[in-house]
Amino acid sequence: MRPSTLWFTLKSGFKNIRRNWMFSAASVLTMAACIFLFGIFYSIVNNVSYLTRRLEEEVPITVFFVEGATPDQMSEVGKQIETRPEVARMEFESADEAWEKMKEDYFGGSSLAEGFKDDNPLINSSNYRIYLNDITKQNALVSFIEGLDYVREVNQSEQAANTLGNINRIVSYVSISLIVILLLISIFLISNTISVGIAVRSEEIGIMKYIGATDHFVRAPFVLEGILLGLVGAAIPLVVLYLVYNRAVSYILTRFSVLNNVVEFIPVTAIFRTLIPVGLVLGLGIGLFGSFFSTRKHLQV
Amino acid sequence: MIDLIDVTKSYGKGLPALNHANIHVDKGEFVFVVGSSGSGKSTLIKLLLKEIDSTSGKIIVSGEQLEGMKHARIPKFRRKLGVVFQDFRLLRDRNVYENVAFAQHVLNRPNRVIKKRVPEVLTEVGLAGKYKSMPDELSGGEQQRVALARALVNRPEILLADEPTGNLDPKTSVEIMKLIEQINNRGTTVLVVTHNREIVNYMRKRVIMMNQGVILSDEREGGYREA
Repeated sequence: MRPSTLWFTLKSGFKNIRRNWMFSAASVLTMAACIFLFGIFYSIVNNVSYLTRRLEEEVPITVFFVEGATPDQMSEVGKQIETRPEVARMEFESADEAWEKMKEDYFGGSSLAEGFKDDNPLINSSNYRIYLNDITKQNALVSFIEGLDYVREVNQSEQAANTLGNINRIVSYVSISLIVILLLISIFLISNTISVGIAVRSEEIGIMKYIGATDHFVRAPFVLEGILLGLVGAAIPLVVLYLVYNRAVSYILTRFSVLNNVVEFIPVTAIFRTLIPVGLVLGLGIGLFGSFFSTRKHLQV
Repeated sequence: MIDLIDVTKSYGKGLPALNHANIHVDKGEFVFVVGSSGSGKSTLIKLLLKEIDSTSGKIIVSGEQLEGMKHARIPKFRRKLGVVFQDFRLLRDRNVYENVAFAQHVLNRPNRVIKKRVPEVLTEVGLAGKYKSMPDELSGGEQQRVALARALVNRPEILLADEPTGNLDPKTSVEIMKLIEQINNRGTTVLVVTHNREIVNYMRKRVIMMNQGVILSDEREGGYREA
């Protein structure tokens, strides 16, 4: 393409936007609304799954050993458990540590526990506390551990695992369906808006075709226009969401102060690390394909 | 330059819009195609522009056979033709210069060529002083001149005119026809579709008369007779 033709295409693209500013504004607003909703939803879904993940991490499995198991045997069990991919981290607590902790928790360091002297009543309480990265795999891990030598007992919180697993599943199903619905609606609305804009200019397209313009030449300004509108339509809601996100988080935390110690929100930068590229690609993609396919039927002249 | 060999075009059931038509136009000729509405004139123009395909027969324009021509080839073929329409089809939001330059941009011409060629052709059609006027500021005749300038700016081999005087008064119609004749005198083959009896009789050119898709007569220096 010659520089003069490229310049002509760019100029035509911008002119199209200016001349049909009402359609341009309608496309941008439609896209902005859809991407805004997508952004809000994305933030909610991410925070919910972040929260359940954090809760999951707080639900450990506790593994106790058979009487008389040696530290080497316990560490061997630990090594085997560590190889499992669902294990996020694990902590070992020796019988002495367990007793020290109990003394601290229940006797508050008073002399009441002195009666036991060096006779540790929790002598068989050495244990591993295992935290999972995916709580739905808890049962599988428990059966694996129960099959290991020197293991006496495995304690798990099945109800917590089931509840959190269910929440996670529901959140992912709902999020996927809503994102798909939002995408379909936005593609439909935007291609509709662009087609109306192009239909208004079908005479101009006809003239270009009679003169001998290639499909590529006719389409280029419209596609450029679609891309520009798509990017602007994505940038507006991203900026608004950025401004709204922190305010919403601090509003929730002040309004419901009880949540302060329970709930932690994902920082805005972490959310936007994904949301910015996804939003821009969505805007660009919808603008590009919307204009590409809307011009197609007008090119059959 | 233009050959239609036993060409038929049907749009469905009923009489074909063009029925076994045979036309031969030599390079540099000036031809009127006349007939009332529904005679097949517009179908003929659409076939020559490769806007529609014939149902049967063979069409050769400027050495290219239109049947089986690939979609990607059509733009290159159309660059050999200049077209003007009854309703001028100018871009309303661009001035005279831009309307004509547009046809050169479409062909990927460099700016220096466009800046030289557009004033040349505007002078040719008698609009040298109206570069900056918008289409709505021009009379019908002037708008048709702009359309002619746009059709001619790429130096086409053939000029196709579909009712070019349909929206013009008799005096302006004669002026536009004189201009088209001048273009023809410079070597461009001209095919004018019209039902303007006065103009056809005034010009005394070759006249092909059509009725209901059939060619009734083809006369050198003919006139417009009743079908």
